Amino acid sequence: MTNRYNKHIILPEIGQEGQNKLSNAKVLVVGAGGLGCPILQYLAAAGVGTLGIIDFDVVEISNLQRQVLFGQTTLGENKALAAKKRLQDLNSELKINAYPEALTHQNALNLFMQYDIIVDGSDNFKTRYLVNDACIITNKPLVFGAIYKFEGQVSVFNYQNGPTYRCLFPNPPQKNAIPNCAEIGVLGVLPGIIGSMQANEVIKIITGIGAVLSGKLLCFNSLTNQTSILKIKKNEAIINAVKTKASKFQFNKSMQHNCEVVKTASFKHIIGKKNIQIIDVREIHEQPKIDGFNVISIPLSAIQNHLNLFKNNLENYLFCQSGIRSKKAVKILNDAGITNCFSIEESAQEIKNSTIMELKKT
Amino acid sequence: MEITIKYFGQIAEETNTTEETIRIENGNISNILTLLLKKYDGLKYKDFQVAQNQEIVSPETEITGAEIALLPPFSGG
Repeated sequence: MTNRYNKHIILPEIGQEGQNKLSNAKVLVVGAGGLGCPILQYLAAAGVGTLGIIDFDVVEISNLQRQVLFGQTTLGENKALAAKKRLQDLNSELKINAYPEALTHQNALNLFMQYDIIVDGSDNFKTRYLVNDACIITNKPLVFGAIYKFEGQVSVFNYQNGPTYRCLFPNPPQKNAIPNCAEIGVLGVLPGIIGSMQANEVIKIITGIGAVLSGKLLCFNSLTNQTSILKIKKNEAIINAVKTKASKFQFNKSMQHNCEVVKTASFKHIIGKKNIQIIDVREIHEQPKIDGFNVISIPLSAIQNHLNLFKNNLENYLFCQSGIRSKKAVKILNDAGITNCFSIEESAQEIKNSTIMELKKT
Repeated sequence: MEITIKYFGQIAEETNTTEETIRIENGNISNILTLLLKKYDGLKYKDFQVAQNQEIVSPETEITGAEIALLPPFSGG
């Protein structure tokens, strides 16, 4: 039998039944970074039918050392959107929802309720505690992974009434007590190992095979290969305290969807890029004027009348005084079916400053 | 009695070792922590949990095990 999932199906533990479970599963991955990339890659390859990706950040060159879904051509793109593009190429059968925004108390509950399993690939305590608490309130299993330099931790929280992250660490450490990867460095392959372990737990939960890492914290050291598994007790009082504070969260705020959200790009990533046009959507009189490279001036108020200027094979990068009007302009273009448009994150003044810097270099 | 102490992450950076053996009389986990805090001044600024024989325990727990681990939270991803 030739089948994309043949190697799964011939495993008696999975079989066609297990593969169908994977295909019917809905998994949300928070963060498409070091952990999120391998998690998403293996879940997409395994045929998890619906994948959600939430990340507000953009791809930077220093991410490529470990964030294996991205490449030089996706620099400056939003990570959720760039990951979706890569994963859809890996497996076009899947429904992939990209949310290019930050996870907040406003959007978490509504988003989590649309999925069966939540996977934490975030990189800061604020998000980790938010994810944990939202999983308690929406009663979703949380596949947790976190890394520090050469070490990683993995667990499955809130699974079948098991302990939660707060049962292990009740409160976030004092602010700035613990730096993140961006500040201290991390071995590139480590999130690959820990993220793959998270993907493994997700697949076990969905297919119902093996022993899920619930009530246990796995600690892995990549330098010594030492693996310790520590038991965690459930703390009902802590869990109930989270439930009573559920009002911190908001229900029913609709999530913006990938196709409704405009793509953004950082100006520093488009310097020197070919086959693009840069458009100033400010009114003609606004200062500062940008020179040093070709800028087409099409004020936001006139975009509708000049759609033909965007209908070409060039990528369109739009800017304005602060980034608000350029987003509106991209939205107008997207609605008109012109999708190769990006809103530049920097303000006109910032663009002017970096243009001067570039000119000084040459 | 002799107890093996294991250190993880930022804690191991503070103690400069991932493992050591200490001698202590009977008591509870907080007695071990007092001893370690005396030995490693920087530990008092660190967040961590304690495991005894691969099980997370509170400081009031009696020392029964041969292995104690000091475990900090990680946030990286």
